[in-house]
Amino acid sequence: MTSTIIDFENVTKEYPDGTVAIEDISFSVEEGTTTVFVGPSGCGKTTTMKLVNRLEELTSGKIYYDGQEIRSLDKIDLRRNIGYVIQEIGLFDHMTVAENVGMVPTLLEWDRARIDDRVDELLDLMDLPAETYRDQHPMELSGGQRQRVGVARALAADPDVMLMDEPFGALDPITREKLQDEFLEIQAQIDKTILFVTHDIDEALKMGDKIAIYRNGQIVQYDTPKEILTNPANDFVREFIGSDRLIKELKFMTAGDVMDETADVTGKTLSELGAAGVEFARNGQGYLTVERSETTHVALMKIYEGHVEGVLVTEGEEVVGTVTEADLKRNLSEGR
Amino acid sequence: MQLSVPYVSFFVERFDEILALTVEHVEIIAVAMGLAIPIGVTVGVLISFNERVASTVIWLTGIMMTIPSIALFGLLIPVLGIGSPPVIFALVMYSQLPIVRNTYTGISQVADAQTEVGEGMGMTRKQRLRYVQLPIALPVIMAGLRNAVIIIVGVAAIGAFIGAGGLGDLIFKGIRLQNMNMIVVTTVVLSLLALTLDYGLGVVEQLLRLHNGEEIERAKLTHAIWSVIA
Amino acid sequence: MSLLVESIQYLFDNFETFLQLLQEHVFLVVVAEVAAVLVALPVGILATRNDAVKRYALRVGNVFHTIPPLAVIALVFPFVGIGMKSGFVALWAYGLLPILINTITGIEEVDESTVEAARGVGMTENQILKSVQLPLAVPVIFAGIRTSTIINVGNGYLAFFIGAGGLGDWVVTGIALFNNPQILAGAIPGALLAIGLDLALGRVENRLRTGDEPGQRSTTAAA
Ligand SMILES: Nc1ncnc2c1ncn2[C@@H]1O[C@H](COP(=O)(O)OP(=O)(O)OP(=O)(O)O)[C@@H](O)[C@H]1O
Ligand SMILES: [Mg+2]
Repeated sequence: MTSTIIDFENVTKEYPDGTVAIEDISFSVEEGTTTVFVGPSGCGKTTTMKLVNRLEELTSGKIYYDGQEIRSLDKIDLRRNIGYVIQEIGLFDHMTVAENVGMVPTLLEWDRARIDDRVDELLDLMDLPAETYRDQHPMELSGGQRQRVGVARALAADPDVMLMDEPFGALDPITREKLQDEFLEIQAQIDKTILFVTHDIDEALKMGDKIAIYRNGQIVQYDTPKEILTNPANDFVREFIGSDRLIKELKFMTAGDVMDETADVTGKTLSELGAAGVEFARNGQGYLTVERSETTHVALMKIYEGHVEGVLVTEGEEVVGTVTEADLKRNLSEGR
Repeated sequence: MQLSVPYVSFFVERFDEILALTVEHVEIIAVAMGLAIPIGVTVGVLISFNERVASTVIWLTGIMMTIPSIALFGLLIPVLGIGSPPVIFALVMYSQLPIVRNTYTGISQVADAQTEVGEGMGMTRKQRLRYVQLPIALPVIMAGLRNAVIIIVGVAAIGAFIGAGGLGDLIFKGIRLQNMNMIVVTTVVLSLLALTLDYGLGVVEQLLRLHNGEEIERAKLTHAIWSVIA
Repeated sequence: MSLLVESIQYLFDNFETFLQLLQEHVFLVVVAEVAAVLVALPVGILATRNDAVKRYALRVGNVFHTIPPLAVIALVFPFVGIGMKSGFVALWAYGLLPILINTITGIEEVDESTVEAARGVGMTENQILKSVQLPLAVPVIFAGIRTSTIINVGNGYLAFFIGAGGLGDWVVTGIALFNNPQILAGAIPGALLAIGLDLALGRVENRLRTGDEPGQRSTTAAA
C-alpha cells in the first residue's frame, strides 16, 4: 500500500508585493518517491518548496503533511523533520564539516556520541571519508564536496522528507552527473520522500519518479517521466523536453518493453541458433544481444553500429525475443 | 642616549607610582568595557531586526562622538559627581559607536543562504543568533572592540581631570608643573598601554577569523598561538 | 531645560568673549587641518606609487592611531612650548592619519580594470592619477578629512591645557568653578561646530565628485 505524505490542495501564494508566485496548485506526493519540479526561471518552484517547510506561508488553499494540515503543526518541529538543501548550499563556514553535519542533531539535543556516530556514518555514505573530512572547514572543499556536505547535513536527523532546491545547479556538468548518480544510489538505500527542484529537464527525467512541469505559477503536467516523454500534455511541455525527445524516450524504454516475443528464435539458445545457421542479428563478430532490462537506446546503438536489422533479447542463455528498428519506431510516441 | 637618561631615571624613581596609576587606568578600562560590551552588542543585535531603527541608532551613536569628552565630563558632574562614575559613564557612551555599528554590520553580512538554511533546518531566532549570526559576526565585533578600547584608553586619560585617576593624573600634573620628564615618561607608558591592548585584541580578532576558516595575514603572535592550538 | 536657557543666557552675556574663543577654536582646527591635508595627501599618493613608503607610512600610521590625543598634546608641549603653536602642531599631527590611510585605500580601491583601461587608451601614470584615480577616490579621501576634522574639533578643547585657547577655556573653567551654564555654553557650540564642518566638507565633496557612487559617511571618534 502506498500512502501520500504531502498533499497540495488548491494552493495559492501571493507575496506581499502582489506577485502571485503560484496559483491554485494541487498535487500529491507518495511516500518514498522522488518528485521533481521543473520549469523556467521564476515559475514558482522555490516558492513551492518554501511553502512545505513554512519558510513562506500560503495565501489560500491547504497543504497536508502526513495527513495533517501544516498550519496546525509547530513550525520548528516541522522543519527539523524536513531536510533542506539549496543551490547556494549555505554551509556554515565558521564550523567544521562535522559540526555542520551534526547541526540538526545538536538542535535536537542528541547526546555527543550519537551525533559523532551519525556524522561519521553520513560522511562515509557521501563518499567523504570521516577521518579525512570531519575536521576540515567548508572553505577547504571543492564545490562538489561542499554540496555533499550540504546533503549530509540535511540527512542528519533522518528526516522523512527532503527538499532539494537545485542542489546540483551550481556544479560543472561532470561533477553534477557524478553527484546525480551517487545520489540515486543513496536514495535507493535511504528511501526518503524527496522534492527536488531543477531547471534541467534531463536531470528531472533522470532523478524523478514523478515530474511536475511548471509554467507561470501553474503545473501544466504532473506525471511519470515516461508519460511525460510519450504523452506531452501540450506544446509547452513538448518544447520544454527539447528536440532530442526521441533519444530521451529511448532511454526510458527497455528492450523487454518493445520486443517481439513471437519470433521463431524465441526459446532457443545462441549456440542452437548458430547450429541452425540463423543469420538474424549476426555479423562478423557473432550474434548481437541485449538484456531484457537494457534500454532501447542501447539496442538501437547496437543495431546501427553492428549493421544488423535487429538484435536478440536474452535472459541468461535463452533468447526471449527480438528487437528491430521497426519495433522501436512503432513504440515511439511520434510513430503512433 | 644621553637624552634618554633623565627619562629612565624618572621612570625608575617613580616606578611604584606609575605602576599604581597604570593599574588604576586598566581598572577603569576594564569596568567600562565590562559595561559597554554587553550593552553595545545587545543594541547591535536588536537593531539588526529593523533596518530603519538601525540607521537611526547608529546615527545617534555617531552624534554622540561629536561631543568633546571634556565637555561631556563637565555635563555629567552635576548628575554623577566627580571621580570615576561620570568618566565610566562617558566611556561607555563613546564606545557604543564602534561596538554597535560593528555588531550590526557583522550580523548583516551573514550570507542570506546561511540564514535561510538555518531557519529551514528548524533553528529558533535565538539559536540562529547563537549558532550562526554571532559566531560569524564575532571577528567584526572584535574589530569594533579594538576601536572602542583605543577610544576608551584615550578618554580615560582625560578623565583624570575630573578626578578619575589613572595615568592622565601624571600628564596633567606634568603640564601644570612643566615637568618634561614626567610628561614624556607618562605619555610613553600610556601609549604603550594602548598599543599593547590594541595588539592583543588584534591577535584575538585574527584567531577568531582563523577559527572561522578565513584566509588572513597573521601577526607573529597570532601565528605562534594558532600553530599551538591547531 | 532651564540649564539650557541659562547657558544661552551666559553665552549672550559674554558674547564678545565667546566670539573670541570660537574664532580661536575654528582657526586652530582649520589651519591644522589644511596643513594635515597638504602633507597627508601627497604622502598618501606617493605611498600608492612606492611600496616601501606605503609599508612605512601604514606601520607608523597604525601605531600613531592608537596613541591617545592627550598624550600627543602633552608630548608636543615640552618641545614647542606653551601657546597656540603647540596646539597647531598637536592637532596637525593627530589629523594626519585618517587622511593618509583613506588616501591610500581610496586610490587603491579604484577598480584595477578601470586603471588598465586608462592605460590602454594611452594615458600616462600622472594623467591616470589626475583624471581617473583621484576623482574616483574623492569620497574615501573626504571621509578621512571629515573624520580627522571632527576628531580635531574635540582635540581643540584639550589644546586649551597647553595654552592654545579655544572653547576649552569655558569648559575647563566651568568645571573648576562648578559653573554648569558656562560648561554647556562652551560645549554645545563645539558639537555644532563639528557637525557644521562635517556638513560643509560634505558640500565641498559633492562639488568635487565626478562619479555618482554613494559617499561614505564619515566616521567619527571621540577625543
Ligand atoms: N520574497 C518574495 N517577494 C516577492 N516576490 C517573490 C519573492 N520570492 C519570489 N518572488 C517572485 O515569485 C515568483 C516565483 O519565484 P520562485 O523563486 O518561486 O521561482 P523559481 O521557479 O524558483 O525560479 P528560479 O528557477 O529562478 O529559481 C517570481 O516572479 C519571483 O520574482
Ligand atoms: Mg528557485
